Amino acid sequence: MKSLAELAAIREKMKDKVVLREGSGDIRVVVGMATCGIAAGARPVLNAFVEGVSNAGLADKVMVSQTGCIGVCQFEPVVEIFEAGKEKVTYIKMTPEKAAEVIEKHLKGGAPISEYTITNAIS
Amino acid sequence: MKELSLNVLDIAQNSVKAKAKNVLIKITETETTLTFEIEDDGCGMSEEMVENVINPFCTTRTTRKVGLGIPLLKLAAEQTGGSVEIKSVSEQVDPANCGTKVTAVFFKNHLDFTPLGDIVSTVTALIQGSPDIEWRFEHHLESGKVELDTKELREVLGDVPLDTYEVIKWIEAYLIEGYDSI
Repeated sequence: MKSLAELAAIREKMKDKVVLREGSGDIRVVVGMATCGIAAGARPVLNAFVEGVSNAGLADKVMVSQTGCIGVCQFEPVVEIFEAGKEKVTYIKMTPEKAAEVIEKHLKGGAPISEYTITNAIS
Repeated sequence: MKELSLNVLDIAQNSVKAKAKNVLIKITETETTLTFEIEDDGCGMSEEMVENVINPFCTTRTTRKVGLGIPLLKLAAEQTGGSVEIKSVSEQVDPANCGTKVTAVFFKNHLDFTPLGDIVSTVTALIQGSPDIEWRFEHHLESGKVELDTKELREVLGDVPLDTYEVIKWIEAYLIEGYDSI
């Protein structure tokens, strides 16, 4: 049975990490979670990023957050990636599978996948 | 929406936007009905706004002039013979007691009933997205109940934020275990 003692253990483990987290967020992954995003499948995409970023060991560098409607509902699920000093990358029609690829190639490897971006869809 | 749990996620996001500090998500099931209530202490709405929110052309969003959250919920409930009720007190009227309560009733035996689906995923997504809100989740079934209160978790976690990956995974496992045990 899951116990509160396990949470206490997480707290112990996180003690030294809290300071680190403050300085984290070099990269911000923002998932659109308004009605349009949710209806199009944003929830599993969000989960894939939360899970994948942690499993890839990127938790200290990448922050996954949620926002409302980004304004391009026909392209939902939409995910925006912000990185200091770089242009924003907007991924459209995301799936958990594409998310895994973005984590590997873009967040880890530093190379955005242009095929999945909005720029690719409208140009 | 493919699952009712997605409507729950969507409607609860309105509480987040209303700057609620406490949000209660309560699901009650009987043999024939499923009722969910989402109650918050956010900024609330004026009477006029409450009358209007079922209209898809009423929205608080600024990116587009259509809001489909409540209309989609109403459709999902009414197509089973159920209903949606919205009660709200605006902070402009009574700042001490402001907030909104959305209640949706569904008849489970109706052909057009949408299953609840992955409610655990909805709860973890809400906590991950708004870790500073106090979330209370209750799911009452005939066989027992599953519940979670972030206040209790926070007491143990101290300064560790609720959106920490390990905490989210713990919440997920805790809820899944809860459902397995009833």
